Amino acid sequence: MTEILVLAEHRRGEFRDVTFEMLTKGRELSQKIDADLTAVLLGHNVKEFAKKLADHAKKVLTVDDARLEDFNAEAYQKVLSHLISERKPLLTLIGHTSFGVDLAPSLATELNVPLATDCINVDFEEKKPIVVRQVYGGKVNVKASLHTSESYIVTLRPATFEVQEVEPLGGEIIEIPSPLKEDIPYKKFVEYYEPPAGEVDITAANILVSVGRGIKDTENMPIVEKLAGALGGALACSRPIVDKGWLPSDRQVGTSGKTVKPKLYLAVGISGAFQHVSGMKNSDLIIAINKDSKAPIFRAADYGVVEDLFKVVPTLTNKILEEKKSSS
Amino acid sequence: MDTIVCVKHVPETAEAEIAVDSSGKGIKTEDLVFDINEWDDYAIEEAVLMKEKLGGSVTVITMGPEDADKTLRKCLAKGADKAIRLTDKAFERSDAYATAKILHKAIKDLPFNLILTGTQASDDGYAQVGVILAELLGIPHATMVKKIESKEEFVRVNRELEGGLEQVMEVKLPAMLAVQTGINEPRYVSIMGIRKAREKELKVLGLGDLGLKEEEVGESGSWITMEEMFIPPVEKEAEILTGGPDEIAAKIVETLKARGLV
Ligand SMILES: Cc1cc2nc3c(=O)[nH]c(=O)nc-3n(C[C@H](O)[C@H](O)[C@H](O)COP(=O)(O)OP(=O)(O)OC[C@H]3O[C@@H](n4cnc5c(N)ncnc54)[C@H](O)[C@@H]3O)c2cc1C
Ligand SMILES: Nc1ncnc2c1ncn2[C@@H]1O[C@H](COP(=O)(O)O)[C@@H](O)[C@H]1O
Repeated sequence: MTEILVLAEHRRGEFRDVTFEMLTKGRELSQKIDADLTAVLLGHNVKEFAKKLADHAKKVLTVDDARLEDFNAEAYQKVLSHLISERKPLLTLIGHTSFGVDLAPSLATELNVPLATDCINVDFEEKKPIVVRQVYGGKVNVKASLHTSESYIVTLRPATFEVQEVEPLGGEIIEIPSPLKEDIPYKKFVEYYEPPAGEVDITAANILVSVGRGIKDTENMPIVEKLAGALGGALACSRPIVDKGWLPSDRQVGTSGKTVKPKLYLAVGISGAFQHVSGMKNSDLIIAINKDSKAPIFRAADYGVVEDLFKVVPTLTNKILEEKKSSS
Repeated sequence: MDTIVCVKHVPETAEAEIAVDSSGKGIKTEDLVFDINEWDDYAIEEAVLMKEKLGGSVTVITMGPEDADKTLRKCLAKGADKAIRLTDKAFERSDAYATAKILHKAIKDLPFNLILTGTQASDDGYAQVGVILAELLGIPHATMVKKIESKEEFVRVNRELEGGLEQVMEVKLPAMLAVQTGINEPRYVSIMGIRKAREKELKVLGLGDLGLKEEEVGESGSWITMEEMFIPPVEKEAEILTGGPDEIAAKIVETLKARGLV
């Protein structure tokens, strides 16, 4: 029977959301092409874990090995290439995450199986996967097909597929003996490192003014600082601002920063790359100021201002201060 | 430490108007400014920093058109010793897999301890080329690298995970590391500096020089085939506030007032 494999992703004893997003998409595809949906769980002492996956898949394959406890692409690749060679699934879904990015390309190369990464959709046309990807920072989409093969690997962009409440599938849990024979000689997991927390917790703020590369220079930062001050909010930012050292890393919003949900998120000079948007899209009210009317941030915002921030922001700051003065 | 850095010459699109070209499979590039891929700027900087600290050499390599020499010369000005450009009509329309195969042929006989790439190219965003290249070379890799400490036999790296968490890994040398932005502060080079770097070696190789067959590269040697390129459909769009700065500011204040935010 045709099979679709979904690689479960977990870290420090918790499933990552992308696991269930992939299982939701996997289920839809398995119904469409009449395939079995199988979750793959690699880890150590993961029995209890497997039960949760069984609700979402027909089968759950578990491989229990101490060397799989923390993600190590070398160990994961060995196990997965063994499983895929044996089972020849039509499709294997992996998250386009820090794990998937480290794993999928070398796995596909070893197996000589076509791979499409960071897909925002995958469908089948005549048993051949068709994917949709974003290019040029989300300004353009690409529809692409994979070269004909027995098996394919696709990595899915996280936070893109909505998890649906469904009838539990009561999948069968199958323990597979670990195929890891020898050592894992090239790569060693040492530890997790968590940067120390800073002074401002942007996740607790009701109002965030968030600044991006459009601010151009660190000397211009007071423009947005004043706006945040006038609103009684905190200052957050996109990644390049942290990369340049203009704000500390705990102010960064996005996949590699913080996820925030303030009452107001005012994005100033931010293009709206998906890695940024997934950290703020659930804010109550989003207002974006960007001089490019095609900037993807306008697809996430409730209100947009297509203007030069240097013209609008100081005016806005003054208006807010006036408003506050007159109402107090 | 002998390091090879893979760099890509890409269009700057964050602030540019973008339109799909008549083939429906590419964008119009005439009015776009091309420069080094943002992630690769951090990769070349990291290589030069290591050379300054530990000695050794830095070679930059790109697969791209003649115009990519601008990016190579910039890297030479930053401190790379040699540059290689891989150019051939047959290389056009290569995806990440075909690109990695081309780079592999050029790199496999060069001496190196380390290969650096960026986490992803800002144009096609595959986040694959370095990892495929590592697998073809039979060397280990680590991606999303935010910190590199080099020891004798291995490197200790911090990989960036989601939500600010990092994973410390030890990777045996020779290895491929794909670096993340923010790992260092890329240096600025002047036009003068770039001009001076003209004396450094820049080698150009094609299909035949690399011992590749036409079907191994380009679209036929790729994993994926582009069917269509399109501007994404708008599912939800912001209500655009219009007028002069004063008018816009007033509208925003009204909205905030209505929600009790000011
Ligand atoms: C693995 C990974 C993780 C990442 N994690 C994150 C993350 O957590 N958070 C994050 O933010 N990014 C993250 N990124 C980076 C992300 O892909 C983008 O590169 C980044 O978000 C872009 O930041 P930006 O919008 O500030 O800059 P740009 O994309 O350069 O956009 C600048 C914007 O400013 C506008 N602008 C310029 N001048 C003006 C002006 N005068 N007035 C008004 N507007 C102006 C431009 O039109 C443009 O839209 C990550 C990337 C990767 C690969
Ligand atoms: N044409 C190319 N020439 C040289 N290096 C490349 C090329 N394409 C991609 N790379 C390298 O691979 C990295 C990841 O690119 P990609 O897999 O295309 O997202 C880039 O940051 C570069 O370091």
